[in-house]
Amino acid sequence: MTIVVVMEQVPDVVEELAIAPSGTDLDRDAVSYVLNEYDDHALEEALLLAEASGDEVVAVGIDTTGELDQTLYTALAKGARRAIKLTGDFEGTWLSTRAAARLLVPVIQELGPRLVLTGVQAPDDLDGQLAPTLAALLGWPHASVVIGSELVDGVVQVRKELWGGITMTLELELPAVLGVQAARQAPRYVPISRVRQVMREASIETREVEAPDGLVPAVTTLRVPEQAGRAEILTGSPAEIADRIIELLRARGLL
Amino acid sequence: MTQRIAVLVEHLEGQPTDVTFELLGLARRIANTDGASVQAYLFGERVGHLAESLPADSVTVVEHSALHHLAPEPTARVLAALLPADLPRLLLVPNTSLGMDVAAWVAAALEWPLVAYCQALEHRGSRLVATAQLFGGKILADVTLDERPTVIAALAGAFAADAVNPGAPGKIERRDAPAELAALRTRSVVLERPEAADVDITRAEKIVAVGRGIESKDNLELAEQVAQALGAVLAASRPLVDAGWLPRSRQVGKSGLKVKPKLYFALGISGAPEHLEGMKDAELIIAVNKDPKAPIFGVADYGAVADLFEVSEALLERLEG
Repeated sequence: MTIVVVMEQVPDVVEELAIAPSGTDLDRDAVSYVLNEYDDHALEEALLLAEASGDEVVAVGIDTTGELDQTLYTALAKGARRAIKLTGDFEGTWLSTRAAARLLVPVIQELGPRLVLTGVQAPDDLDGQLAPTLAALLGWPHASVVIGSELVDGVVQVRKELWGGITMTLELELPAVLGVQAARQAPRYVPISRVRQVMREASIETREVEAPDGLVPAVTTLRVPEQAGRAEILTGSPAEIADRIIELLRARGLL
Repeated sequence: MTQRIAVLVEHLEGQPTDVTFELLGLARRIANTDGASVQAYLFGERVGHLAESLPADSVTVVEHSALHHLAPEPTARVLAALLPADLPRLLLVPNTSLGMDVAAWVAAALEWPLVAYCQALEHRGSRLVATAQLFGGKILADVTLDERPTVIAALAGAFAADAVNPGAPGKIERRDAPAELAALRTRSVVLERPEAADVDITRAEKIVAVGRGIESKDNLELAEQVAQALGAVLAASRPLVDAGWLPRSRQVGKSGLKVKPKLYFALGISGAPEHLEGMKDAELIIAVNKDPKAPIFGVADYGAVADLFEVSEALLERLEG
């Protein structure tokens, strides 16, 4: 049986982000892309489930960056059996969640998995998160903010985090869709030599697909938030900064 | 027919959550300008009595055992069954763990537009403009709404509760559970409270919080030393907890704990919106981060654009010296 993991590359928000002259997208030429960190957790959770159940993990991604191969080869090196890349006339665009889901549904239906896992959210999912969107289109039960799961007797038991450490445990009939916040353990590391080996031995299946309606999110304008500028910036050497911090704490009776 | 601004009431263990009142306040402000009314959707098991406490013009109550904890599938299916006939102008849903599973599902199922991570919603001329926080809080997206009914997933803590009109609702309307609840594929739903933690960070007066900038688990020791020297407890942002470096009881933020200490000393925390939600009300926030554009400096009282390791070492020399 099959477990599908949907993986996506997203702009690295640690880097500086610039807005394109159009005002409705980032300046994609200046963006560096990384795997959505939650998708890495989704892959780990899928691999842990598959190791216990004997399922086959299939990594699926939509290539909006031209750089998805690295992500998919890494997934193969970590233990995914197959990797499928959807390509089309949307490279360099900001794909809406709804459009991504519409592209993914036919592939998922063809693969007939008993579980679909993906990251709980992405830095750019303006029109909602992928897991519940896929669940709605597929008509399958779902849960997001997942921090652990187990396949038991034809159901998946899911731990969903609410807040303040409160968790909800649900039993979902299969097939189901999970939006993963954190795998049960930190995503595994795979050495680059192993990824290179996989690149020689395995291949990514590529499917050309038609760009769907509602390709990009309906944004009027992007802008950089006005830094409230609240912080008074402490300047100087680390020693001078430390002195100032201690001064501030003493002045408030905190030391 | 008067237009309606609808709100999904989130509740936990028999109490509406704070964000519910924030969304009702937002709905009231939008409704006042538009001459619309505020409608609350109250779903659950034996929750009808909560209707009296909701400042809405009308409360639509659906009670069913499957709705007990507002699990994703049953809640979304009931909303999707009611909305096509009710056709509110807006449906406001909290962008919380419970709400995000419902907002995106309902919007996709009904093919309604959705704006998630919404931190502002206001009239500009005759149009409504929703502002969403994206890309880790570094970019805001303004979305001008069209005439279609639209789902708004609104951030907790972003909107003021309505202080003017805390009164009881005008009308309470009970509806039968829709037939969709007979064919659910979500079985049992159980809530669990965390086991007692070694440290309760919500009660700490001083917190040293570390983020991704700490780089490795080994470096936590340095942060722990700084915390001890300041008489503070150590907390962390989500990525460190997800990596298993610190227990969940130490996590500050949307999916973790909300804290309001006298001192919040943030080391290597960029300040994603989910994190800020959990600590922005601290009395004194001091942040050290290498990135001068880190959003944490937007909420901090004092900031240093510096290497957290060098500042930590310098602090320890002085405090332990």
